[in-house]
Amino acid sequence: MRTVFSRPERWSMYWRETVRQMHDIGVGSVVIVGLISIFMGAVSAIQFAYQLDGQLVPLYYIGYIVRDLAIIELAPTITALVLAGKVGSNIAAELGGMRQKEHIDAMEIMGVNTASYLIMPKIIAGIVMIPLLVTVSAFVATLGGYLATVPTGYLTDMDYLRGLRAFFVPYNVVVMYVKSFVFGYILTSVPSFQGYYVVGGSIELGRASTNAVVYSNILILLFDYLIAVLLTG
Amino acid sequence: MIRIENLSKSFGDVPVLKGITHTFEKGKTNLIIGRSGAGKTVLLKSLVGLIAPTGGSVWYDDVEFSALGKEEVRAIRMDVGMLFQGSALFDSMSVEENIRFPLDMFTDWTKDKKIERVNDCLKRVNLENVNDKYPSEISGGMQKRVGIARAIVFKPKYLFCDEPNSGLDPKTALLIDELIQSITYENNMTTVINTHDMNSVMQIGDNIALLYKGDLVWTGNKSEVMESDNETLQDFIFASPFLQKLRAAAMQNGF
Repeated sequence: MRTVFSRPERWSMYWRETVRQMHDIGVGSVVIVGLISIFMGAVSAIQFAYQLDGQLVPLYYIGYIVRDLAIIELAPTITALVLAGKVGSNIAAELGGMRQKEHIDAMEIMGVNTASYLIMPKIIAGIVMIPLLVTVSAFVATLGGYLATVPTGYLTDMDYLRGLRAFFVPYNVVVMYVKSFVFGYILTSVPSFQGYYVVGGSIELGRASTNAVVYSNILILLFDYLIAVLLTG
Repeated sequence: MIRIENLSKSFGDVPVLKGITHTFEKGKTNLIIGRSGAGKTVLLKSLVGLIAPTGGSVWYDDVEFSALGKEEVRAIRMDVGMLFQGSALFDSMSVEENIRFPLDMFTDWTKDKKIERVNDCLKRVNLENVNDKYPSEISGGMQKRVGIARAIVFKPKYLFCDEPNSGLDPKTALLIDELIQSITYENNMTTVINTHDMNSVMQIGDNIALLYKGDLVWTGNKSEVMESDNETLQDFIFASPFLQKLRAAAMQNGF
């Protein structure tokens, strides 16, 4: 890891690569994140409305629950789990392919610190773009909750908005960003390791790609629990 | 000049190089030949530092290369160029960007100066007007030439070529061989080529080392190849049935 974060040979080249990775990880994932988030919010709202049916709990709680569910848990964790599949497998396959086609050896011969040049931009892009995607996810999830409940007549838009504004705890946003940074690091560093050190042919590359996703998911869930215990326990 | 002394490499309990001592001469095309599995690639990768030898030493002139740390090795990388078996051109970059990559990474040159150097290198390998093409848009032979252009962009002292002819037709292979040899002579480089192509051996074999099961079993040059009575060398040269028939016919006719 020290090699990965060593001093770049040329900052401009690393910056260019980081921007490329930010584009791939960030812009390339907006649609899928938006899609899962809108359904995540919609399903949360519908199911909470179902559970409130016949209870004494006011209906505007739906907005409040959807908002806090999205911020504390669903937006960071579900987004990270989905992106571990999309971004993680992509990173492992890209680096593994470069290893097999001797691109990494070619860069080493030139004198490039390949661990740093190929991995550090991905990790930086991950810890910058994943929090941004999680922010988008949280907003879209609350929009999904609105679309699933207000136009369908479960509750009025005033009730939903009242719920969104109720009992807001800014600390929950801090928890969301802590999770996002940690998950962003996991879902870029684990696949990078799996891809960079791949040995063998296409079967091993496929295995590395699968391992990247599986290990990332396990670590994301483990750290989700640890962060929950440490910050909210 | 590159010198190896008692160089050995094992993977687990399996010895791949068994204490090889040899000198690759400056200003010459030095060939490492041998059958598949003889240890050629491991030797070449040990020479350039991509594989750490188990024992022995590698000397680049008077510098013990194998004793250098990772950062020290990086510092002398500009003196080293390498052509890979599959060319190893970066797919997402154009021909120009591929050749310019080391210049972008290690020099403060202006963009115009870099492009001028790229064009010089492309001209030297007889390629022009391919700057904007991507590796997938050019032929295998052109990819090799771009690989050579990238390898010589810093005018290295040492050039390494791993199976430069693999996957090429005989005529293109000949052109690549001639190109590597002429660049070697022009720049007085120490060139080490790993090959099992007999045409290359007879065409550009200034200094040949035959590996067999990890041992160095014969050294010489292209004019000594046919005269040698080394059995392993003869087995290697005349492995093809066509050449065996040719040799039998020649012997029958008293040649």
